[in-house]
Amino acid sequence: MADARYAIELKGISKAFGPVQANKDIHIAVPKGTIHGIIGENGAGKSTLMSILYGFYRADSGEILINGQPTTIPDSQSAIRAGIGMVFQHFKLVQNFTVLENVVLGAEEGALLAGSLSKARKVLTDLAREYELDVDPDAVIEDLSVGHQQRVEILKALYRQADILILDEPTGVLTPAEADHLFRILKGLRDQGKTIILITHKLREIMETTDNVSVMRRGTMVGTVKTAETSPEQLAELMVGRKVLLEVEKKPAMLGRTVLKVEDLRVVDEHGVERLKGVSFEIRAGEILGIAGVAGNGQSELLEALGGIARATGKVTLKGADLPLSGKGSDARSRRAAGIAHVPEDRQALGLIMDFTAWENVAFGYHDAPEYQKNALFMDNDALRADTEKKMATFDVRPPIPTLAAKSFSGGNQQKIVVAREIERNPDLLLIGQPTRGVDIGAIEFIHKQIVSLRDQGKAILLVSVELDEIRSLSDRIAVMFDGRIMGFRDPETTDERDLGLMMAGMTGKGEAA
Amino acid sequence: MERLPRWADLALVPLISLLLAATIAALVILAIGQDPWEAITVMVQGSVMNAYGWGYTLYYATSFMFTGLAVTVAFHAGLFNIGGEGQAQLGGLGVALCCLFLPWPHWSLALIGATFAGAAFGAAWAAIPAYLQAKRGSHIVITTIMFNYIASAFLIFMLVDVLRPDGQMDPATANFPEAVHLPTLNELPGLSLIFTSGVPANVTLFIALAMAVVVWALLWRTRLGYAIRAFGKSEPAARYAGISPFGIIMLAMLISGGLAGMMAINNVMGEAERLLGNSASGAGFIGIAVALMGRNHPVGVVLAALLFGFLFQGGAELGLWTKIPIEMRTVVQGLVILFTGALDMMVRMLLTWIFNLFRAGRLAKGAA
Repeated sequence: MADARYAIELKGISKAFGPVQANKDIHIAVPKGTIHGIIGENGAGKSTLMSILYGFYRADSGEILINGQPTTIPDSQSAIRAGIGMVFQHFKLVQNFTVLENVVLGAEEGALLAGSLSKARKVLTDLAREYELDVDPDAVIEDLSVGHQQRVEILKALYRQADILILDEPTGVLTPAEADHLFRILKGLRDQGKTIILITHKLREIMETTDNVSVMRRGTMVGTVKTAETSPEQLAELMVGRKVLLEVEKKPAMLGRTVLKVEDLRVVDEHGVERLKGVSFEIRAGEILGIAGVAGNGQSELLEALGGIARATGKVTLKGADLPLSGKGSDARSRRAAGIAHVPEDRQALGLIMDFTAWENVAFGYHDAPEYQKNALFMDNDALRADTEKKMATFDVRPPIPTLAAKSFSGGNQQKIVVAREIERNPDLLLIGQPTRGVDIGAIEFIHKQIVSLRDQGKAILLVSVELDEIRSLSDRIAVMFDGRIMGFRDPETTDERDLGLMMAGMTGKGEAA
Repeated sequence: MERLPRWADLALVPLISLLLAATIAALVILAIGQDPWEAITVMVQGSVMNAYGWGYTLYYATSFMFTGLAVTVAFHAGLFNIGGEGQAQLGGLGVALCCLFLPWPHWSLALIGATFAGAAFGAAWAAIPAYLQAKRGSHIVITTIMFNYIASAFLIFMLVDVLRPDGQMDPATANFPEAVHLPTLNELPGLSLIFTSGVPANVTLFIALAMAVVVWALLWRTRLGYAIRAFGKSEPAARYAGISPFGIIMLAMLISGGLAGMMAINNVMGEAERLLGNSASGAGFIGIAVALMGRNHPVGVVLAALLFGFLFQGGAELGLWTKIPIEMRTVVQGLVILFTGALDMMVRMLLTWIFNLFRAGRLAKGAA
């Protein structure tokens, strides 16, 4: 019987990938005109469920009802026709197309583009006004910040007249202000009668934004509750199946001698634009220096220069020894040999080869390491697989199958593979960018603990994150970056979100706003 | 959409592609007023139904294995080496110089020397486009194509003006000395029981097969192979891992060019026993199709090389015994390349769709 109160109803959805049961008899009902949160740990089956809803996978059994009508969704075209729009965690945008072209792509009307483009331009202007979704329609995607790219994804869905909008970890890359902005947009859309499904691991967002929340654990739906009637602690416990520490526990820092000294570091990108404009700082042994800032203000270049990926000028010393910043000895391999490990910001583009298996990825960057060699000629793949199994056990990577391709793991488990690889090298300096981007609560707790324990072993850590909460709870000292410069240093005990937010926007007396 | 089971992906997809190619080829033969059944009978009879035919099929397949492996190695580094033809021609020059001007006591030593000479010349010819790609960003597809023409012109110059013996009319080197003659399969103890008459297939077949094993071990068992594959998947990630793009481009292309150059021990040293113009006769290009069809895996390359050897030999038989022109073999090759390479995805999607229908049917039955 058609029950049109619900925008989406899933009944008894099951889906298995070989031996892995990703979804087990899932029931969920999302009332129209609400924001519905879905939370769960890595590999809990959230992404699989949404992929079924969006036509990427077909359920082994079960029924999908859209607006009360039984619907089959064999591909994403049918999902779009059924009024479902999806904003992925990793954006699906053509980098060298303009915003307008990306919005129209796949929804062109007729052979000539001009008509669709001018129509889209008008629709975009209207949407921008109505929902604060302003993006320059003629900007090229690769020039936009991540926050703006995400808006383009939302615009794409709205342009296709989606009534049901699914967002997968949407705030992983946003500043607090941008996230708040996004939630204003989402609430605006809900008030217009649209239904929104929000997949996130951030309890704060669930509590502030959603009307109902469903919790998944290991492929099953543990329960659906009204947001107003629950608490973060209860949700975290439901998700993980045990009590979870929401705060990072750490002892006072035991500072040692200076490990890293950076003086007047500058990076010019391939277009000749100076991205890092003279940065100087020190990190001592047993210290976590957190770099706060909105994405795209030079943090990536800082990590890449220190990690041996980007060329730089200036002076960098590690434990008193000069590091070459260009030419011979400035590549990532030399940096690893010098004792620098690097967890890159973008694990999918840099940190992993997505088509490689987990065990091949565990050697990535360390494929020259003596323990992975059988003899002068051949690598010891068996040793590598055994090592991977060990790391997977220590870091609780799920599923613990070394022969699975990296792309088959969820985002959080991919990150655990990278973190395991880099931390287990016992480096003197760990560069770590966006350690918990798109990673959920149980894994976040785990990764944070690993970072703190490395610090307690007297190692230096440079942490870059756009998540202010993360920076504030982990760092022993905070540096705020804006426009390629460090605006100032703060003590996390004495600073607050407002103070940091102003610096992130470039205001320290110069009066220049972002 | 679900993915295909592995066996279907590896065996069924190429098989269906081949059947489609054969069907279209049959239609073309019908259209020119000939009998396709007769054509296929002649092709099969002349290439795999007797030892003589196999002798030619294996000879061609040997050449295609070398060039197919050459394309495969470059492909795994994300480089499309279209210059196999030129590299094989230069390899021929290396083999010829080695055989003509060094006093070899025995063919086995000469074979080792010529293998290295061919590889070195082929590698050197690939090194220039590789350097231009690595340092200047000149696209390797463009430069390797251009180097094919340069190789061809350079070889004509060498053959006409430098290496041609006085008084000889055709642009070719003198015949190689008797001491460097490679045993053909019919001259090998044991195999001579099968190959009773003279065939061009020779001992270099075993070198080609050994190279397939070497390439497999290189790509999947060594640090260099690991770095090549990582670089081929993602250059930014390779940089992050400390893999030098310059080093990988150079090494992968040197190995690739070396393999292509090695081909000359089969056609120049093993068969012609002197260097002629256009010695590679298209094998460099067929290597691209072989690698494509072999899914850039040495086992696939060996199998695809055998298939193309069959097409080559069978096609020649067509020209001999039927009214179908020998050019038909180019048409058939073109169709095979079209279906196994370019239209591979079409067949795959179709199969995936059919498989999903079956799955849905099974599920429906299970639910009922």
